[in-house]
Amino acid sequence: MKFDRPAEANASDRLLVLGQPHSRVEGRLKTTGAAPYAYERQDVAEGQLYGYPLGAAISRGRILSMDTEAATAAPGVRAVVTTLDMDPLPKDSHNVNRLFGGADVEHYHQAIAVVVADTFEQARSATNLIKVEYHAEQATLDLSEVTPPETEPAADTGDFDTAFANAPVTLDEIYTTPAQTHAMMEPHASVAEWKDGKLTVWTSSQMIKWWRDALAKTLSLDVEDVRVESPYIGGGFGGKLFLRADAVLAALGSKATGRPVKLALPRPLMTNNTTHRAQTIQRIRLAADNDGKLIALGHDNLSNTPPGGDGEDATSQSLSFYGAPNMRIVNRVAEMKMPESNSMRAPGDAAGLMTLEIAMDEMAERLGMDPVEFRALNDTQVVPSNPKQKFSHRNFVDCLRHGAKEFGWTNPAPASRREGHWLIGQGMAGAYRGSPASTSGARVRLQADGRVIVETDMTDIGTGSYTILAQTAAEMMGLPIEKVEVRLGDSRYPVSSGSGGQFGAASSTAGLYAACVALRAQIAERLQADAATLDFRDGEVHDGTRSVSLASLASDGELVAEDKIEFGEFRSKEYELATFAAHFVETAVNAYTGEVRLRRMLAVCDAGRILNPITARSQVIGGMTMAVGAALMEHLEVDSGRAFFANHDLASYEVPVHLDIPEQTVIFMQQDDPYSTPLKAKGVGELGVCGVAAAVANAVYNATGVRVRDYPITLDRYLDRLPEV
Amino acid sequence: MTIHDMPKGRTDGAVRFVVNGKTVNLTLDHRVTLLDALREHIGLTGSKKGCDHGQCGACTVMVNGRRINSCLSLAVMHEGDEITTIEGIGTPDALDPMQDAFIRHDGYQCGYCTPGQICSAKAVLEEIRQGIPSHVTADLDHVTFSDAEVRERMSGNLCRCGAYSNMLNAIREVEAGK
Ligand code: FES
Ligand code: FES
Repeated sequence: MKFDRPAEANASDRLLVLGQPHSRVEGRLKTTGAAPYAYERQDVAEGQLYGYPLGAAISRGRILSMDTEAATAAPGVRAVVTTLDMDPLPKDSHNVNRLFGGADVEHYHQAIAVVVADTFEQARSATNLIKVEYHAEQATLDLSEVTPPETEPAADTGDFDTAFANAPVTLDEIYTTPAQTHAMMEPHASVAEWKDGKLTVWTSSQMIKWWRDALAKTLSLDVEDVRVESPYIGGGFGGKLFLRADAVLAALGSKATGRPVKLALPRPLMTNNTTHRAQTIQRIRLAADNDGKLIALGHDNLSNTPPGGDGEDATSQSLSFYGAPNMRIVNRVAEMKMPESNSMRAPGDAAGLMTLEIAMDEMAERLGMDPVEFRALNDTQVVPSNPKQKFSHRNFVDCLRHGAKEFGWTNPAPASRREGHWLIGQGMAGAYRGSPASTSGARVRLQADGRVIVETDMTDIGTGSYTILAQTAAEMMGLPIEKVEVRLGDSRYPVSSGSGGQFGAASSTAGLYAACVALRAQIAERLQADAATLDFRDGEVHDGTRSVSLASLASDGELVAEDKIEFGEFRSKEYELATFAAHFVETAVNAYTGEVRLRRMLAVCDAGRILNPITARSQVIGGMTMAVGAALMEHLEVDSGRAFFANHDLASYEVPVHLDIPEQTVIFMQQDDPYSTPLKAKGVGELGVCGVAAAVANAVYNATGVRVRDYPITLDRYLDRLPEV
Repeated sequence: MTIHDMPKGRTDGAVRFVVNGKTVNLTLDHRVTLLDALREHIGLTGSKKGCDHGQCGACTVMVNGRRINSCLSLAVMHEGDEITTIEGIGTPDALDPMQDAFIRHDGYQCGYCTPGQICSAKAVLEEIRQGIPSHVTADLDHVTFSDAEVRERMSGNLCRCGAYSNMLNAIREVEAGK
């Protein structure tokens, strides 16, 4: 099915099942420990051995030799495969750093060997017996040492320099965001079986097709000979988008031993071995007239990446969020040999809104304006960097106004409220996140018992895919949700969008819609009726005169239909599709110790039709929670001498815990966007992490009167500047 | 010294404990953690390994009525112990009220931290009932249920999906239903 013009009224609009607050269909499995994650697939292949990886102990250089004699002779060891045993493995286009092979070391904890043994303990201990001799070179990971490379601006409209120089009110500040790690709770893990030239990998992947292609490329196999399965994923946040070393090492171990091998990346290896969100240094310049209308907006970003990567483009939202006639947007990427910086939840916008939304707050104060009103005044219905392009739907101003009302926003003066030992502050911020969609396929199979089975290689990384896909099929086929079984994450199923970039929910439900339309057409043909006149309801199909049960249609064998949705250019070229939010936060900062506690958080989101208010809300509060981490604690510490991230485990890289998170309220504006998909839905999973950190930062400023422009906002950055007590 | 001429001696040991009401006899490498004994040797994979270093709480199980991080404990140290894992708390067909409340309040997303959270949540209610104080208890002689107590006591269980406030709602409801 081609989606080449805005959706009209269609069968998904009934909202008998879609749009309803159904709890997760896989809930009973997850809450009882019965949902099998990758490392737990003990059932899938007989005789599994244990693999354990060895990571490089230097950040850059060469391996001169590896002595594996003791490791090979250790009890239970079946194979030792080292990076010197092979040339560098071919790299898939999605990977920036190579995953294995050859003598060169490009980053700390790069995988350089795998030991396979009968037990986990044997494999782990034998790994420690490998003796490696390195030639180490000095590497760097420190962005502040870099000379920013010259780059063409992404947008240069009007006359930025003149407008900025002549404006009555201006802001020119530098902000920084640190490197962050996904820290999903399930480590990267795979079971691999390499048998008769064919490879099957049971893993933890957000993108089945990408992993399948990448495995074929990396291991020089035909794609047809590779199978990937990943039905349950213990969190991804972008960290499981691209093939990782766990799958490669398990496959190599299996090839070497002729047995299935399972391997998980040890937690302390994950940060430097896999990917992270790059650190950024951002200069933001804003200029406004005395009424608060923005005249000029400049955003200049610097981040780092291994050669060939993209870094963290913190300017991405600045092209589209606020209207200003004069803009200069520049994104600079410094290349260095380093652990791979790559996508982490809302890549670009998450880091960009952390700073832009502080700058907007500072600017509102300079103008003497309420920050809610300042943002509303500078709203735009066209893309400022390309005014020919309209937003399909943009209700940001309502988010702001509605949020201010619900929250009880009073725009208090900085450092003006105190309760006992606590300084109380309010902060707010806007949020923007694009809403892309990509080709997505599905298969539906009507069974003789009246059930429908959905098959697609879509993944559920906690996002609610199982549930919203079940709702989609139930809605389309007129069934209760219990009559739909959703099967995901298997490369034998039709290729879907996968999970990433906030495109998964919108794309995969649209693909399933297309497959259901195809099944409805098949049924119409059987009944010799016009598909448009059929009414699917309560497990039956009605054509005005007769009613036929769906079960009876499949009594001679299942009915199978498959299709995919393909999105036309109008969706991305003529219109800009995006999601918006306004965030409000109340903080209490201890007047003596500077400790920050959050008291309440509110998000008002404009994100199209909400397919399931329970799972969508959880996506948003999950994003808000991660953003609290970004605001107050998350920071990969760069050891600039050794060029690695030093705090590479969950004890030293702190993420929010229960005690950090207050009451969270989420309001959806619930407005269909027919330009998005046939279901008029958009993504919401990344929107939730956008803007929130700045709302927290602004609330801390409002409580204390101390402005911090470097994240995370930890005590050392402001304790000496707190008001006298 | 190579591995071949290491000192001779036992590197494994026999252990007997009770898991979810069933007696288990195992001979295990001394290095096997309780978590790996459960997951790899008994096939109870409901308890999760998030870090293997006592930093995340995904491996939380009950031992003799107290919650512990099972990755921080060697299996052979548990001779005679009574162990309850998530599989012993409830099953898909017979949910414990806490599991049911987690489902209804969506106290999870990816589900990986969830068995540990549920074990901890049940233990937290029991600890409060027994009057065991926490860091946020104002009056050490009167420990009562509160949101702050739950947040504090649950803070050893990380959830990167960020379902904390939903979990609190679930735990509150279970407490109220008692
Ligand atoms: S696995 Fe035990 S605390 Fe993380
Ligand atoms: S539900 Fe994913 S980590 Fe808690």
